[in-house]
Amino acid sequence: MTGWLALLARELRLALRHPADTLAAVLFFVLVAALFPFGIGPAPEALARLAPGALLAAALLAALLPLDRLLGADAEDGSLDQLLLSGLGPAAIAAAKALAHWITTGLPLLAATPVAAAMLNLPVEAWGTAMAALGLAAAFLSLLGTAGAALTLGARRGGVLLPLIVLPLAIPSVIFGAAAIEAAAAGGTARPYLLLLAALVAAATPLAPLAAGAALRGE
Amino acid sequence: MLEARDLACRRAERVVFAGLSFSLAAGDALLLTGANGAGKSSLLRLLAGLLPRADGALLWGGEDALADRVLHARRLRYVGHGDALKPALTARENLAFFARLHGGAVEPALAALGLSALAELPARVLSAGQKRRLGLARLALAPAPLWLLDEPTTGLDASSVERLGALLARHRAAGGMVVAATHLPLPLPDAAELRL
Repeated sequence: MTGWLALLARELRLALRHPADTLAAVLFFVLVAALFPFGIGPAPEALARLAPGALLAAALLAALLPLDRLLGADAEDGSLDQLLLSGLGPAAIAAAKALAHWITTGLPLLAATPVAAAMLNLPVEAWGTAMAALGLAAAFLSLLGTAGAALTLGARRGGVLLPLIVLPLAIPSVIFGAAAIEAAAAGGTARPYLLLLAALVAAATPLAPLAAGAALRGE
Repeated sequence: MLEARDLACRRAERVVFAGLSFSLAAGDALLLTGANGAGKSSLLRLLAGLLPRADGALLWGGEDALADRVLHARRLRYVGHGDALKPALTARENLAFFARLHGGAVEPALAALGLSALAELPARVLSAGQKRRLGLARLALAPAPLWLLDEPTTGLDASSVERLGALLARHRAAGGMVVAATHLPLPLPDAAELRL
């Protein structure tokens, strides 16, 4: 456990030393969300109709950005070998990586959610639900993404392959997340959708690190 | 203690080496030599459990060493081509991370490689030789019975090679084993040589 916490602490410390990486993901999220009003033109109702899906899509794309360096940097400088020889199991290493990705990329996106939601004309009542849905969807993506990063490690053009593997698997989180935000915007209850989203995260929490660990082993 | 029987390694369908056998007892050192691409690094990675073996057996105290790779990892230290340093962290922070993984104290390990004065510098500004020394400082943390060293003296000056020699001598005197791949003379007296 000490080793696992040490790895998590190191990941977070590295992210603090390179705040530009986190900032880039947040700005990317806000900018993608900002493209929709320009594309749709002065039609606030149409914009609000699109807002839930647009928020989810923008957040997932932004969270994908740092994924190809998640394990790639460690593989290049020899850190990954040392981690695999650290006495931690490969699945534990992957779990620490996924959690670190969620904390350094997923959570900062939540801070920018009100800005993006305002630009998409999402009713204020739904902002809280939007943050909950994005937080859960980002956690799902962090888990899937870590498995994808482990699978594409060492592959040529791994950075291109990674979204092609991860995004199709992330579709359920877009469906449930957007449904939750839509329900909240229409004044209904978002709880069942958020629970389904949480169930996805709960299922992926053990499975994705195990898959990632198996991929790291085979490398 | 460590015994290899008919080890074979295959990479991308090419047989790198096959039928490799040797054994190491406490305090023994084995020097791997051979041309570039002969499989020295592959053998070290195989011994560490980082590469799958194509054939043969690796025994630790008579039992399959790689049956539990996490357990096997705890009895060895591996120094590979990469120094596993994060440029944004200071020398001390880099080593402190491995101290939390393996145990051991950071300051004596830094001192053992003559890095105390550089401890506060980010690894990014260290020279290649200094980075190498910081990578080797991991060996001076908690003891482990088997050291696997891949070209450990690359980029080191004479006095640093001497410091490494002192570390190696202490490790072997305490019953530790060393397998090292090298092209340069290493401070490993009475080491057996395995030519790949």
